[in-house]
Amino acid sequence: MIFDLANPSQLMQALGPDLLLMVGAMVLMLWAAWRPDSNAHQRAVGLASLVLIAATIGMTVWYSTRGLSSNLGVIAVDNFRWAVDIICLVGAGLAIALGMEYNVRERILPAESHVLVLFATAGMMVLASARDLMIVFLGIELMSVAIYVLAGLNRRSAKSAEGALKYFLLGAFATGFLLYGVALIYGATGSTNFVEIGQRVVQGNFIAHPMMLVGTGLLLVGFGFKVAAVPFHMWAPDVYEGAPTPITAFMATAVKAAAFATFLRVWLEAMPGMGDAWFAPVWWLSALAMFVGNLVALAQRNLKRLLAYSSIAHSGYILVAVATGTLDGSAAFLFYLVAYTLASFGAFAVVILVGREGDGNNEIKDYEGLWQVRPELAVAMGVFMLSLMGFPVFGGMGFFGKWYLLMAAIQAPRPLTTLAVVLVLTSVVSAGYYLNVVRVMFMKPRPDGTAEPERGGALTRGVVLATAVAILVLGLVPGRVIRWSHDSTPRSPQVQAAAASALR
Amino acid sequence: MTAFLSSISYNAWIIPVLLLLPAFGAVGLWALSRLTSGDPDDKRWREARILALAFFVAEAVISLGLWWSVDPAAAGWQAAVDLPWIPQWGVRFSVGVDGIALTLVLLTTLLMPLAVLGSWTSIRTKPHSYYALLMLLTVGMLGVFVALDLVLFYVMWEVMLVPMYLIIGVWGGERRLYAAIKFFIYTMIGSLLMLVAILYLGAEASRVLGSPTFSYDFILNNVRLDPTATLWLFGAFALAFAVKVPMFPFHTWLPDAHVEAPTAGSVILASIMLKMGTFGFIRFALPLFPSAAMNPAVRQFMVVLAVIGIVYGALVALVQPDFKKLVAYSSVSHLGFVMLGIFALTVESMQGALMVTINHGISTGALFLMIGMIYERRHTRMIDDYGGIAKVAPIFATLLTVVSLSSIGVPGTNGFIGEFLVLVGSYKTQPVATVIAATSVIFSAAYLLWALQRIIYNPLTKPENKDIKDLNWREIGLLMPLIAAIIWLGVYPKPLLDKTEAAARHLVEYVETTAASAPVSAPNTAR
Repeated sequence: MIFDLANPSQLMQALGPDLLLMVGAMVLMLWAAWRPDSNAHQRAVGLASLVLIAATIGMTVWYSTRGLSSNLGVIAVDNFRWAVDIICLVGAGLAIALGMEYNVRERILPAESHVLVLFATAGMMVLASARDLMIVFLGIELMSVAIYVLAGLNRRSAKSAEGALKYFLLGAFATGFLLYGVALIYGATGSTNFVEIGQRVVQGNFIAHPMMLVGTGLLLVGFGFKVAAVPFHMWAPDVYEGAPTPITAFMATAVKAAAFATFLRVWLEAMPGMGDAWFAPVWWLSALAMFVGNLVALAQRNLKRLLAYSSIAHSGYILVAVATGTLDGSAAFLFYLVAYTLASFGAFAVVILVGREGDGNNEIKDYEGLWQVRPELAVAMGVFMLSLMGFPVFGGMGFFGKWYLLMAAIQAPRPLTTLAVVLVLTSVVSAGYYLNVVRVMFMKPRPDGTAEPERGGALTRGVVLATAVAILVLGLVPGRVIRWSHDSTPRSPQVQAAAASALR
Repeated sequence: MTAFLSSISYNAWIIPVLLLLPAFGAVGLWALSRLTSGDPDDKRWREARILALAFFVAEAVISLGLWWSVDPAAAGWQAAVDLPWIPQWGVRFSVGVDGIALTLVLLTTLLMPLAVLGSWTSIRTKPHSYYALLMLLTVGMLGVFVALDLVLFYVMWEVMLVPMYLIIGVWGGERRLYAAIKFFIYTMIGSLLMLVAILYLGAEASRVLGSPTFSYDFILNNVRLDPTATLWLFGAFALAFAVKVPMFPFHTWLPDAHVEAPTAGSVILASIMLKMGTFGFIRFALPLFPSAAMNPAVRQFMVVLAVIGIVYGALVALVQPDFKKLVAYSSVSHLGFVMLGIFALTVESMQGALMVTINHGISTGALFLMIGMIYERRHTRMIDDYGGIAKVAPIFATLLTVVSLSSIGVPGTNGFIGEFLVLVGSYKTQPVATVIAATSVIFSAAYLLWALQRIIYNPLTKPENKDIKDLNWREIGLLMPLIAAIIWLGVYPKPLLDKTEAAARHLVEYVETTAASAPVSAPNTAR
């Protein structure tokens, strides 16, 4: 069915899953505020949030199987949107599952914490659907405001407060850049709709128009901040370290997924004619993120900070997919996101299990000899590390994620062979710190007098098990996910035409 | 035998079974240790080692059928199995063997039970995990030898890294952490560039075929590259393999890894894993990029590196105070012979290279096993700590002498045939290099005989050595197959040579004719 987006009732239908989540989140917000904070209440709201997320995933999957599309309007109705929605929703579900137990340990009792995750996810879904720069702004704000609060959720922790404030101030600044970029692009082309911008850029020959170039550059800065690309990454380590661990995992995966999805859609739909203007900056952003993220990660002693820098490096890898500017690139992007989301959540879940109250035990040396006391946990963490490193079989999906990226890079019309080599070489560097974690866990003796990590809650252990198994199984039989990501590339009318002409 | 094997359609299932069996075994063994014992400090090492031995013996027995079922003279892949794996990318689970791979597969499956026996008493911590890792390692090693799809090959190539990393790092010697990470990083740097090269080849192949493929055969027969790309791709492949072999100057991981690894780790490293490098040259780097491999400059470069490796390895071995390190450096020297034989590119030198490959696996494997045995008794590897061992351990001394003679390459042992063939074959195309390489025959006699003298002869002065026990039945039993192979291959190597001859001849002819039809000096007109 083709939605007519000018018709309000059809627009509402096209926004079905988003509306379900938003309405549900509002109801839950009221319920969360209705009773005094307690562990039982927090758990109940968390469970209800999980049910809501499951329902939304169900609806999204249903939508994605109906072969929907739309005419040109403010939102997109295509498989790319549903795919990003699902990734973000799964991320939100995992974050809430981890949070339900982590929050008890850290005595973060407000039940609203789960609802805020839902609101942030609603923002992400808006971002995934946006085909208009104004909607992009709306989505980014909806997502970011919730995340600002979530980052500072742990009121007792000075680090959490510091991180949240830093993120808020810099984030507000970056949003300013983004908004200014939107304004300039509107000024140059007279439209905020991606497809119209794309058409007018070509028709009016705005490709080298200064206003358009500056606008594009500012847009890039805004996105670069959200995905923590170098040199806009300064906030990431502090915020990741200070934020409650489930939220850190959520930021490292779902927030990135949504921001990158928008990035890709803008790139593919609004700027296809401006390849030359985008290409060099994105190329450099990608190379820098890979270099800086991986090199600085080598020096980290705290696992959360290490994962923060590793996530900067992963932004660099994903930017390779963006730089290809092809549909293959966006398919590789989706596949990579699945692998990266699973591995990150698994790793942060292990961090939670090994950690202690007050966010203690997060240093790498606290993992010494983990294999002797918690073999399953150590093996699972080994799988996550190898997966982030992109190692075959033992790292499961992670390998094929990198493989897909490399394949897209080499087969792009403008082959990114150099960037592929940079990706490969920085992956070797990344082995230095990922393997270090493996080494510490397996090869160091357990220091005398260190207590065994607590057993941890069932949900957290379930997340570890589920992500590890998913990574390993999908690493052996990745076919279905590959087909799914291949079928879920952005399809604007314009892109479809371009693809058709490429086939001819 | 052949009739029986074909009656059970042996060739149709043997390779997947050989790959799957250890994989399931590893998972089963590890699960067993987790499910049945809550005791983290596992005392049930007897159970683990018996299960592992039974397992590897079973694997060896069923693999033996390949000796009869594979016809080395036949064209094409034998015992081939081809199944879709990732259809969207044209990646297939495609496996098969030729005469060369056959010998290496059998070397692997036959050595693994011995490696388990070599760990019999020395591995007491986390035994289930240890043997499970040995099994995973076996999957990777066999996979490399049988893979006929470049992606499958790459995956298998990497798979063996993690188990070996853990084996060295967890059960190794004092400097194991350093050795383990060095081993990993060196191998990985080499192989990741090969990954890019494989992707590039796959992209080219897909362009020719019109749909994605990474099939070795298809790329071999249909992909024609321009000379610059050929050189780069050859370089990427050659680097990965040269690190693994290891060729000078990429060899520095090897002494560390060999010395620090537990006995079984050293045996597997020396006997099988190094051979993947030479196998890679034979199977991939040469036939896929003949014009680069035959390029005079490239060829000269590789030959010079091989000769440096031969002489350098031997000279450094001469001055090692540590017996295990001595043997490790002798590997650098022996593998130099293999590389010389490969790049001399005559049928004799190629066959010689394959012989050295097998022989080095047997002799050096035996040497490492014996070092492990004496180390368990005295807890030192320093040559100077021994002396006069022959008086207290005559069986050990006798066997060590036999094994050392075979490693030196004394006529009548297996070592002689291989090196002799390499030298004879290489002289035709690389006379100068061959003459220099031949001198190392003297050096290898010098370092090993000198070490022998200091360990088992000389007066028995040190009191600690006076009550060293001689070998027990298990140890004698585990060395006997190796001793038998040493003598059998030394006296009557024909069966083995017959297995490899057709493949070696085919390879040499293929590389020469293909390179002749596409000279690398041709101007690059494609772009």
